Amino acid sequence: MAVKRDSRRLFALLTPGTVFLGIFFLGPLAVMVVFSFLEPGLYGGVEWNFYHWNYGRILGWADGEWEDFDPVYAEIFFRSVRLALTNVAITLLICYPAALWVSGLSARWRTFVVFIVTLPFFVSLVVRLFCWVLILRPSGFLSSTLLGLGLISEPIDIIYTETAVLIGMAYILLPFMFLPLYASIEKLDHSLVEASYDLGANPYQTFLRVILPSTLPGIAAGSVLVFIPSLGNFIVPDLLGGAKVLMIGNLVEQQFLSARNWPFGSALSVMIMLVMFLLIVIYLRRIGRSEIVR
Amino acid sequence: MTGAAPEPIAEVREAVKRFPAPEGGVVTALDNISLEVQQGQFATLLGPSGCGKTTLLRTISGFEDLDSGEVRIGGIPVTGVPPYRRPVNTVFQNYALFPHLPVSGNVGYGLEVAGVQRSERDRRVGEALERVGLSGFHRRKPAQLSGGQQQRVALARAIINQPKLLLLDEPLSALDRNLRQSMQLELKSLQHDLGICFLFVTHDQEEALTMSDQVIVLNQGKIEQVGPPEVLYHRPATRFVAEFIGDGALFHGKIQNTDADPVLVTEDGLRIAVGTGPGVGDSATLIIRPEHLSIAPEDPDDSMGVLDAVLEQMVFKGATRQYVCRLANGAAISATPPEASEEAFIRVRPGEPVRLAYRRSKPHLIVETN
Ligand SMILES: Nc1ncnc2c1ncn2[C@@H]1O[C@H](COP(=O)(O)OP(=O)(O)OP(=O)(O)O)[C@@H](O)[C@H]1O
Ligand SMILES: [Mg+2]
Repeated sequence: MAVKRDSRRLFALLTPGTVFLGIFFLGPLAVMVVFSFLEPGLYGGVEWNFYHWNYGRILGWADGEWEDFDPVYAEIFFRSVRLALTNVAITLLICYPAALWVSGLSARWRTFVVFIVTLPFFVSLVVRLFCWVLILRPSGFLSSTLLGLGLISEPIDIIYTETAVLIGMAYILLPFMFLPLYASIEKLDHSLVEASYDLGANPYQTFLRVILPSTLPGIAAGSVLVFIPSLGNFIVPDLLGGAKVLMIGNLVEQQFLSARNWPFGSALSVMIMLVMFLLIVIYLRRIGRSEIVR
Repeated sequence: MTGAAPEPIAEVREAVKRFPAPEGGVVTALDNISLEVQQGQFATLLGPSGCGKTTLLRTISGFEDLDSGEVRIGGIPVTGVPPYRRPVNTVFQNYALFPHLPVSGNVGYGLEVAGVQRSERDRRVGEALERVGLSGFHRRKPAQLSGGQQQRVALARAIINQPKLLLLDEPLSALDRNLRQSMQLELKSLQHDLGICFLFVTHDQEEALTMSDQVIVLNQGKIEQVGPPEVLYHRPATRFVAEFIGDGALFHGKIQNTDADPVLVTEDGLRIAVGTGPGVGDSATLIIRPEHLSIAPEDPDDSMGVLDAVLEQMVFKGATRQYVCRLANGAAISATPPEASEEAFIRVRPGEPVRLAYRRSKPHLIVETN
């Protein structure tokens, strides 16, 4: 590890990436932050006046009118965070056992499963989500199959609910949880598990004290990779949540595309970024504390 | 091993274990193995790579099931008992320390999962660390320790549960020579102090001879010989054991002349005098160890055997010198004469002929009566 790096070569290697990020990432970000403090123009665009009520509006006081207090945006905000966290939990609970199982398969099957997991990426997201509409609507496959089997008497109507949104989001983000989890479980040194058994720990204790801590980096990576796109997602709530389950992503989309209130959209985006940043820092810190020294 | 022997700590009976080989067919890792280890014994499994040592240990610790036969620990059959319910602990070949736990967490692991109170645990962890000479290392992570220190942590972790039997799978193989030798002695005295039975695996015959009360020599899944180091060295039961343990030249052939001085005649016509015992026509293998040989006196008597050879080179080995010679049939033979008779050797130059002599009764003869 103690390879002394040639600093000039390192500089040469890092420059293109840094310049690219500087122009195409930090630039737009700065524009967004500036816009979020400007007054919205009447027909879109911005007026170049300092205006902080974009943020007030998110918290419930639009344009500083105290009597119009309405925390609808704050509610959407919290719902989004809640759904995103729930989605992290769902994907984690599905993927962890699956990844454990796959890591025990023979090499050929492991490669095959990993290929299968990435397969959905070959098909357009909208098409895949539309399939879920067909499955979940009252006259869809799910309902009619269950009705046909006599398991339910009324068609189930879960489309355009939070449940449908969660199903859709878990579905599209599963690979982002599975792959990092699998990578870290695959790396797990099996002799550690044997050492644990050897010292008298039963399978449950072994899981909690050895397997879980050793795969924490994978859990952290997967959680972050699922949380971020969940929070900002607008396609899934659009198709499966209808008008009832608005998420913060839909709100941003509306502000930019329909309402043409760019400053408010920017303020929402800035808030999303802050919340994400905060949660991820807290999360990674907690995991970092028990980090594995290798 | 008479009928009155005390109950063995662990016993393996007619164990057979086969693995399907990836390239097709099966590998018989354990081929009808029976052995026992007694209370307070330092027993060693010795054999070349791939002979089944690890597999045998793993069937005792419970990580591998036998195809047939059984393992008993403390007299109780343990077939079907999972590893975490067996009163044995293991020091793994690669140590297998938990990288996310500090030294104290690693050593105290067995107590923690057994639900031992914090204060009691701390006390015993301290004791165990002191035993292996690592006091004050509680808070280090395994990655912050040297190989030798990791080794000690693995040892402390394995003895803290006070197992009936401690299994050690080549624990010293990753250490350098000096550390290895001092650890050998330390392990031996640790075993003596604890009074726990150790079953130690190695492919290093010197290590096995140094440490063990009892050595079990394995080859290709079968037991070649069981016995104390002296017996294995001086009276190897098979050619394999003779070759594997200690240095020496092996001569294989048939016995002629039974009267007072039987002679072993090898296939390439070498005639070597041997001690009394074997019958005419027996196939036999003679093992002449370097320390058996010296320069022949002017008039060797009947109790001595003589070999004509050419001195090739002298190898300085520190405490001793080894004289490498070549026999008429082209085979190499080494002599490490005692100091008293070394004078004669020093006068011989490389390339000159020497007459090597040995007491007929010394070299061991393995007779294969067929
Ligand atoms: N899980 C397995 N699958 C297939 N074959 C195996 C398996 N484990 C061991 N073997 C085979 O069984 C034989 C004995 O292996 P084992 O690991 O017990 O050898 P060993 O004596 O410990 O060798 P070493 O000194 O190299 O550690 C070898 O031929 C090995 O290839
Ligand atoms: Mg081995």
